[in-house]
Amino acid sequence: MENELKVPTMAELFAAGQQPEVLFWVGCAGSFDDRAKKITKAFVKILNKANVSFAVLGTEESCTGDPAKRAGNEFLFQMQAVTNIEVLNAYEVKKVVTACPHCFNTLKNEYPGLGGNYEVVHHTQFLKQLLDEGRISMEGGQFKGKRITFHDPCYLGRANNVYEAPRDLIRKLDAELVEMKNCKKRGLCCGAGGAQMFKEPEKGNKDINIERTEQALDIKPEIIAAGCPFCNTMLTDGVKNKEKESSVAVMDIAELIASAEDL
Amino acid sequence: MEYIPNIIFAIILFAGIGFFAKNIKKLSRNIKLGKAVDTSDNKSQRWNNMFRIALGQTKMVVRPIAGILHIIVYLGFIIINIEVLEIIIDGLFGTHRIFAFLGGFYSFLIGSFEILALLVIIAVVIFWIRRNLIKLRRFLNPEMSGWPKKDGNLILYIELVLMILFLTMNASDYQLQQMDAAHYTKAGAFPVSQFIAPLFQEMSMSTIIMIERSAWWLHIVGILLFLNYLYYSKHLHILLAFPNTYFGKLRPKGQFENLEAVTKEVKLMMDPSADPFAAPDENAPMPEKFGASDVMDLKWVQLLNAYTCTECGRCTSECPANQTGKKLSPRKIMMDTRDRLEEVGKNIDANKGEFVADGKQLLGDYITNEELWACTSCNACVEACPVSIDPLSIIMDMRQYLVMEQSAAPSDLNNMMGNIENNGAPWPFNQMDRLNWSKES
Repeated sequence: MENELKVPTMAELFAAGQQPEVLFWVGCAGSFDDRAKKITKAFVKILNKANVSFAVLGTEESCTGDPAKRAGNEFLFQMQAVTNIEVLNAYEVKKVVTACPHCFNTLKNEYPGLGGNYEVVHHTQFLKQLLDEGRISMEGGQFKGKRITFHDPCYLGRANNVYEAPRDLIRKLDAELVEMKNCKKRGLCCGAGGAQMFKEPEKGNKDINIERTEQALDIKPEIIAAGCPFCNTMLTDGVKNKEKESSVAVMDIAELIASAEDL
Repeated sequence: MEYIPNIIFAIILFAGIGFFAKNIKKLSRNIKLGKAVDTSDNKSQRWNNMFRIALGQTKMVVRPIAGILHIIVYLGFIIINIEVLEIIIDGLFGTHRIFAFLGGFYSFLIGSFEILALLVIIAVVIFWIRRNLIKLRRFLNPEMSGWPKKDGNLILYIELVLMILFLTMNASDYQLQQMDAAHYTKAGAFPVSQFIAPLFQEMSMSTIIMIERSAWWLHIVGILLFLNYLYYSKHLHILLAFPNTYFGKLRPKGQFENLEAVTKEVKLMMDPSADPFAAPDENAPMPEKFGASDVMDLKWVQLLNAYTCTECGRCTSECPANQTGKKLSPRKIMMDTRDRLEEVGKNIDANKGEFVADGKQLLGDYITNEELWACTSCNACVEACPVSIDPLSIIMDMRQYLVMEQSAAPSDLNNMMGNIENNGAPWPFNQMDRLNWSKES
């Protein structure tokens, strides 16, 4: 069952004179963070299963510059952006998919002004497309009737108005989609955005991820679904803090689908 | 002699409007202290936003109780102004109820004003209870203590008094009409004030005339005073909500502007043919300051935002940092920006049109680093604002100043940025290991 992943790089395809349908932008978390790597692999398994022609930049990929920009270092952001755009344009990339809403937002909205124009989609949108085109089929199976709530990543939801693609996928799993008190436009941040992931929070009376986890646990889900590696980390920590990790799982949408497909 | 009231009225009216115009000029000058920004794009979408958000109040009703009560006061404010037009004409020309010739339609108008006035009174009382008795959290944040709390209540009192004067004026007028008093043409319908009128039954006609005249004069003078109070209060939103929603952000909320000054520098650094040892042009202007440390560094739309804010606190109540006890309050960011801008404006007034450095700035003297670093850039405040204010953009501009001009980022963030510079990831992993995950089982 554990097939080896097929992960072609842009360099390999380029050498063979090929152009993939889509570039998979893995992102730093997806490349290096142990939890996020599982999401990356789940997504690649789905891509492999659906025979999607894709490639990654591999060692030619670098941080989009998002955390630098949100921290106020516009200079570092633009250096990263211009370097990445040179690589992307050299490979004549047309379409990019990423499992990180921060990379998604930056590539989609902030790269065009610096010369990087691509069609950028979040992996939940891409998976929804695959489903609509009949390239993947999803049987609810193990998730049938399970209570699943979706945590809107700020940079996917409010920042870019993508609310339905991930929810459509959850519904497709025959799961019972339940909504938290704060959802969609009024979704509560997990606490990682704006470069908070990389620093200690300011003094307060609670951590934001605990507040959000409490909102999620209030509606008694079996699974908290996420669409962002950082939200995933924050909520996983929150669930552990509440000692609920044995009954509540935090899973990315890609992991749900890969798991439903028994990949 | 018989023209004296008309003359007094004209003087009060023009003084009231003139003083207001003077303050609006000042307001406009202060807003123009901000940096230029091109807002000539997407005109139809901008008009659409203004009609939908400001005129249509679409974002107010996200919170239904406050939203519906607000719509009542808002409608009262707009519609009762038709009555003010009549009062002004009557005042200037010594007529009485000049629109009475409209007959049935006039009765309909006056009748609906009265019902609205009653609804406004009810709404204002509920608003007062919400602010003072129910203790809603968003009215209790530290930035609301002192003047902002008084200001909010004062506005409610003024609105209450104006509505009571309006109804008293109508009630006494109605009573005089019943008594066939000279000048008091039989006109209008008084669905609310007819219940007040019996109070005057025992009084002499001259007393009732005095009550009617006093209410009439106090009502119009009160309106002019309220108009002039706007500039000194948080209440400018009744005017500025319109331009503010027109000039509001149209791009996706997640799209932060790319700083042009930085783009120039980066392009130069990346240009292989640029001479790294070239002496800088001596005549070149001073390089632009990165980010914002004071109000003049912000864009004028951000300053318009600050004057538009009516301190409702929806932004702060949705802010994840504020909800978890951090110092950051997006409303305070807007209030601080406005207060500092006012201070700068007064400085300019006192120094013959020139700003003289006062050793203060928005950063540090008003907004602390701790507040700025608590933001998660989640856009909840921007989404929550019923009039398209963007507190996040000010926070980000000030972070840019802290990082690029002062190198004053928290040390954790400096580590993160060092990693990005050195190995292209926020953590210390080698870029050459980026694909290792594909080989791990």
